[in-house]
Amino acid sequence: MKKIALLITLAVGALLILAAEDFPRWGDAHAPANDYLSPYYIEKSLEETAVPNIVTAVLADYRGYDTMFETTVIFCAGITVLTLLRRTQRKAPKAVRPRPARQGADVILQSASRLLVPVMQIFALYVLALGHHSPGGGFQAGVILGASFILLALSYDLKTMLARLSENTLLRLSALGVIIYAGIGALCLLLGDNFLAYAALKVFGFSEVMAHSHGILGVELGVAVTVMAIMFSLYVDLASGGDLDEGL
Amino acid sequence: MADFLPYIVAKYNYWAALVLLLIGLYGMIAKNNLLKKVIAMSIFQSAIILFYVSMGDKKGSTIPILLHGHGEHGALAIDPSQYANPLPHVLMLTAIVVGVSTLGVALAVLQKIHRVHGTIEEDEILESIEE
Amino acid sequence: MTAAQFPILILIIPLLAAFAISLFGGRRDKLAYGLLLAAMSGSFYAALQTLLLVLETNIPIHYRLGGWAPPYGIELVIDHLNAMVLCLVSGCALLTAIYSLPTVRAEIPDRIHHYYTLYCLLVTGLAGMVATGDAFNLYVLLEISALSSYAMLARGRGNAYYATFKYIIMGTIGACFYLLGVGYLYIKTGTLNMADLFRLLAEEEMQQSITIRIGFILIMIGIWIKMAFFPLHGWLPNAYTRASTTTSCLIAPLMTKVSVYIMLRLMFSVFSVEFVYGVIPWHEQIVWLASLAIVAGSISALAQRNLKKMLTYIIVAEVGYMVGGAWLANESGLAGTVYHILSDALMTLALFMAVGAIIHKTGKSSFAAMEGIFRKMPVTSAVFVLGGFAIIGIPPTCGFFSKWYLIRGGIETGQWLFVGALLFSSLINAIIFFRLIERAYFGDLSGHGHGPLPERDEAPAVMLVPMVVTAAALVIIGLYTSEIIGRIVLWTIPAGL
Repeated sequence: MKKIALLITLAVGALLILAAEDFPRWGDAHAPANDYLSPYYIEKSLEETAVPNIVTAVLADYRGYDTMFETTVIFCAGITVLTLLRRTQRKAPKAVRPRPARQGADVILQSASRLLVPVMQIFALYVLALGHHSPGGGFQAGVILGASFILLALSYDLKTMLARLSENTLLRLSALGVIIYAGIGALCLLLGDNFLAYAALKVFGFSEVMAHSHGILGVELGVAVTVMAIMFSLYVDLASGGDLDEGL
Repeated sequence: MADFLPYIVAKYNYWAALVLLLIGLYGMIAKNNLLKKVIAMSIFQSAIILFYVSMGDKKGSTIPILLHGHGEHGALAIDPSQYANPLPHVLMLTAIVVGVSTLGVALAVLQKIHRVHGTIEEDEILESIEE
Repeated sequence: MTAAQFPILILIIPLLAAFAISLFGGRRDKLAYGLLLAAMSGSFYAALQTLLLVLETNIPIHYRLGGWAPPYGIELVIDHLNAMVLCLVSGCALLTAIYSLPTVRAEIPDRIHHYYTLYCLLVTGLAGMVATGDAFNLYVLLEISALSSYAMLARGRGNAYYATFKYIIMGTIGACFYLLGVGYLYIKTGTLNMADLFRLLAEEEMQQSITIRIGFILIMIGIWIKMAFFPLHGWLPNAYTRASTTTSCLIAPLMTKVSVYIMLRLMFSVFSVEFVYGVIPWHEQIVWLASLAIVAGSISALAQRNLKKMLTYIIVAEVGYMVGGAWLANESGLAGTVYHILSDALMTLALFMAVGAIIHKTGKSSFAAMEGIFRKMPVTSAVFVLGGFAIIGIPPTCGFFSKWYLIRGGIETGQWLFVGALLFSSLINAIIFFRLIERAYFGDLSGHGHGPLPERDEAPAVMLVPMVVTAAALVIIGLYTSEIIGRIVLWTIPAGL
């Protein structure tokens, strides 16, 4: 097996080295990749969407269709891990190997995380809201929010955390996020424009450009909700092997 | 030889991506431990991300967020060569998410394999299937 | 909303249904099932309308997502080829959805609504891959269908986890090769839109570029892994055999066929006829490889004693048919491949449904399950026989006509190896199916002939109706071959072939 693997790897490597011969120089501003579509995005995104962060504009508007499915991928992964790991109710639980018992509550850890978590969550909201102007946006905000829950679950325990944010709530939130995204798309459809054409949102009294800007904010919010819920749900399932008792 | 070194240097990001990619590919095929395969899968995906992000770079450019983007719409002429190409970043944001999702699913399947077979060594699993 | 919105509805209805099922389907199984049926019917209706629109105007439909003009935004492009495949995907998904309830209840003990959520996501992914006109968007949807199929396959009977793990590794390698290949195209052209790529790649400088050539090779290898083309098929038989009945009915006919469609789409809508057959002189070798795939798949199928595993090896052989036909580089071969996408999906669906019903009723998946099945389940066995006839290629089933075109294509280019492999595989399929039919008809008489005759014990009506519809479609499509070829298939042949 090792020899075959080495052979395949070498063959692919030779192919890729050959291909690299024809690449433009690294960092060349006039390479085709940088010279064809990207100047349009850089020059027009502010004018057309009122979003100075070009990555956000391209992500949530020009290529918003990709991003909707990307959020769906996350949702899909969450459902997949859940259906795989959660034990079925009919089978009696197998003998679970004993996990090391927790040595009481750790005061320093819990106090520190209690101070940290609100700051993290506010920062996450800031990252979400400022995705238009600075590095940030829905994914980043969602991951920070999810991390704050994971931190709580680590410093207290899984049960305490799940008592506040149950598995069902997580699932509903994760579906809700994608529904916000696809719903904004479908709303544009119902308003008579194409799917995800935020310009249709101008019926709410915005200018066309601002309709794009607000549409982007709306879908970023949806992304953040889904990513937050699924990040935490992935952690919960993987850490506890699907039993939702105590992880790690 | 005189041509060779500049040739290597001019594309060293691509070479780095290539080496990572091959490490990942080899690990995915050759490793016996399934967790190592999953790690190799992650390396493989990261290599592709590095490759894409490398092509969007321009010498001396900054991140693709417009300066003076507040208020004075279109007041300043925008010079595209000043900003990095945003498109590969967007694509790779998607690829990162896909990578994380695949990783999560692979780990979940791995936990199930461990529960059923009691091991994550490929040869031992194959033995237990044949029995 | 106007008729122009139908292309997007094919995808959006199952997508929104997936979320609705995950939110509300948990209360009652019937609710989840009802939502699934409604979504699949809606999607199928939209696909049919789209097909009619294309047939009426004979020009491709372009749908701009977000209203952005390509190549800056993403667009859906629906021409004859993918309008047909979209109807096929949503039609098969609808039939399987109707069929699913009894077996899903029996095989998947709880969280049926999550299973149906994944079902909808898989259909969204497949339909999206077929509809898109953007090379990177294709990758995202490829991953949606891949992730949901991993989950559905892993929830199989018995121990499907190791087989699924192998599929995850192989699937990721395939998808990443594709992504890398698209990266190579992007670094040379700077665009991701398929029509735009086609325009730029037609330039002389691009035709000569080694990066583009290797990008093409990487993309093809990635797709071949996904479609389980010999010798990259190792993951398929185990993963599909251990899957639950509904999963295999949905995935087995559609996954490989959609991959074949993607191969055709990339060959002729991103690259060109001159590039594919001219720039890299390897199409003869690929046809040889396809012939090898057909022979190896058929022989492996002959060696199996498990009904489902036998069918999965037949799929490996059928992939060989389609890849071979596409690389024959002539009109008949390509027409045969396009037509075979349609007929093979339907015949695989009929066979998997029939075998699923037999396993559901008898509880056995070995050949022993077939003993005396004609008496016990007459309708199911009739569907099985018809599906078998289509695979062998007996007229008037559609399997005959697609094979006819493929063989004609092989003869026209003098690829005798391919022609031989096709005939050989028909022979092997005949042996396989007549052996089974014999067991099904005489099985209980030959052994202990004096026992009581088995009771009639047919599958429930929800399973029978979609099976009969599929079997009828096999014959109807066969009878209307010339119309389908003339109205749809010939339009898909690219200029210059």
